[in-house]
Amino acid sequence: MAHYLGYLSLAVYLASFFCYARILYAPHALLGRLASALLAGGIVLQYFALLERSRWIHTVPYNDLFGSMSLFAWLLGITYLGLEVFHGQRTVGAFVTLLLVIWLVLLHLLASLEVPPPPPARGALFAFHVTLNTWAYAAFALSFVLSMIYLAQDRLLHSRRLGAAFWRFPALDVLDRMARSSVYVGLAALTAGVVMGLLWQHRLSGSYSLGDPKVIVTLAILAAYGAYLRLSRSVTWRGVRAARLCVCNFIIVLFSYTIVNLYFTRFHRFL
Amino acid sequence: MAANSSSGGLAAARVHIALVGCNHRTAPVEFRERVAFTPQQALAAADELRRQGTLEEAVVLSTCNRSELYGVPADSGPDAAQAMENFFTSFHKIPRAELNGRLYRWTGTDAVRHLFRVAAGLDSMMLGEAEILGQLRTAYSQALDHGATGPVLNRAFQGALEVGKRIRSETEVGARPMSVGLAGVKLAERVFGNLDGHSALILGAGAVAEQVVEHLRNRGIGNLRVANRSFDRAADLARRMGGDPIAWDELESVIGLPDIIVTSVSSTGPVLTRALLERAISARGGRPVFVVDLGVPRNVTPDSTGLYNLYLYNIDDLGEIVEQNKKAREQEIPRAEAIIDDHVAKFESWRAAIEASSIVDDLRDRFHKHRELLIREKLSEMPDVSPEERARIAHITEELIERVLEHPAQKLRHGRGLRGRLAGIEALRHLFGLDEGKD
Repeated sequence: MAHYLGYLSLAVYLASFFCYARILYAPHALLGRLASALLAGGIVLQYFALLERSRWIHTVPYNDLFGSMSLFAWLLGITYLGLEVFHGQRTVGAFVTLLLVIWLVLLHLLASLEVPPPPPARGALFAFHVTLNTWAYAAFALSFVLSMIYLAQDRLLHSRRLGAAFWRFPALDVLDRMARSSVYVGLAALTAGVVMGLLWQHRLSGSYSLGDPKVIVTLAILAAYGAYLRLSRSVTWRGVRAARLCVCNFIIVLFSYTIVNLYFTRFHRFL
Repeated sequence: MAANSSSGGLAAARVHIALVGCNHRTAPVEFRERVAFTPQQALAAADELRRQGTLEEAVVLSTCNRSELYGVPADSGPDAAQAMENFFTSFHKIPRAELNGRLYRWTGTDAVRHLFRVAAGLDSMMLGEAEILGQLRTAYSQALDHGATGPVLNRAFQGALEVGKRIRSETEVGARPMSVGLAGVKLAERVFGNLDGHSALILGAGAVAEQVVEHLRNRGIGNLRVANRSFDRAADLARRMGGDPIAWDELESVIGLPDIIVTSVSSTGPVLTRALLERAISARGGRPVFVVDLGVPRNVTPDSTGLYNLYLYNIDDLGEIVEQNKKAREQEIPRAEAIIDDHVAKFESWRAAIEASSIVDDLRDRFHKHRELLIREKLSEMPDVSPEERARIAHITEELIERVLEHPAQKLRHGRGLRGRLAGIEALRHLFGLDEGKD
């Protein structure tokens, strides 16, 4: 059942992508609303797919590649939809839904669809820790996409070769604000996630593993995005430089999510 | 002829639109200004045409690029358009010898298609311009309020407004800026988003700069400052543009305030140097500055281009963007034409439904009259027939007429293909001589 819901949500995300891409080419109010509605529909369907998986393993799906990546995609969709409503901008939707579709297609191709055996019970605090951190990564991924669009838009503005989509892109100012909003969401989620993780570990072992590479890299991510928020309003960094910094920060996130998880940390191994 | 409820009180059986007019392609401005209608004249002309019985409905569309008279002729023959043309020339006192092919005439589907193309901006001097849709809406609203329109022109003009709106929202025909002034403002919107609450500084005063200011004002620019080497001229410009005048000496102190700078100073040396702009950006806390340099020679030193968070466009840059946009708009014409085809087909379908209903009503009237005559004639030779039998004969013949008409009525209303239905209507008209008047 979870598989069918997963495929169905992928199909709905794809339909949403086509609607978003269409309005990027030629605006259409009704189609724009349909794109948002389809994205919301995809999110609801994916929620039920994740719920099915969660029921089987009795916790948030985090302990296998399919579960954690699926959760990531779902939270990315939610974060984007929230930002879309908050900033009243749909023109970024095509890029985000394309990312969602590619992510989910790769997931279905590469990861095992089999539901893993339930992991050892670790309690609600741990589940919140994982969910909040995944949410933070999703928000940072979104800020990465927005910053990339910012850089592309800025390049077009300076090159004076303005294609059809250029006139439909959000303004640099809007992209900047959306990227910052996304980073705020990510930072809040990551901070809360780290605190919960540390509390959980303290409850379990009576100590804090602050020397673990995963914790160190996570604290570095917090610092890097904190610096981004501060520098993005400064005279010398505001604009393109801040967008580049945001892109670089996400590379650290990717490093943390993959290399650190695989080879360095003693825990946090989901792959 | 019986009015049909679905036609909204349509009196005529044939839904026919005729158009006479001229535009920038067929007539020079000297001729167009002679045939222009003021709003009062437009309504007076519509009244007169209806009073004369030439038209049943009329709308006059008069802009700087066109004067057009749309109408529903009382008589759908070829003379109707000629009568409209005669009225057009006599109203403006134009000798026929001067027409010289400057007026065009369209009837039926061609007239509807022309109206839709006008609304779409495809027939405009500047492809896809938005103003024509507002002008068309105003002309129609005035005629509607005046009672000069009826169901046919209401349908056609409402369709045209829908076409215009759809084409501008679904295609790029009207999307991209086509003037240097608007291109500058639209580019500024790509940087700042909504210009409401932002500020601008205008240096010097050229015609294009005034265009830019007008577009900035239309977009709700918050604060507008005007500086000129002559303070009196700056004050005059500021008064006209609704801004604040700035003395040229104060330029250095206010240069960090505006988000947008439009400069068009006649000067041999640069007005804005790299150092000055650098200080401006720094004073703004690094927030971007958008500069439109309309001066020739350029008012901004070329080495300013690489400044961080400076978006600088000169007159050639904007001209190139306008040229790109013009090509892009032209590429959208097939998509716009497809939307027009779609709406023309809808109008034709509506016309076919109206005509199908009215022709069946016409046939029914004719059959009833024949039936009454026949019954009266035949029963007068049969005195033995009782009143009950007479009533029964009347009832049976009436039912016969309904049964005979049922099938063609269905075919005309719901038959396959619009063209087939319209051909059927024409065939019935011809076979039963319905165009030749009632017997």
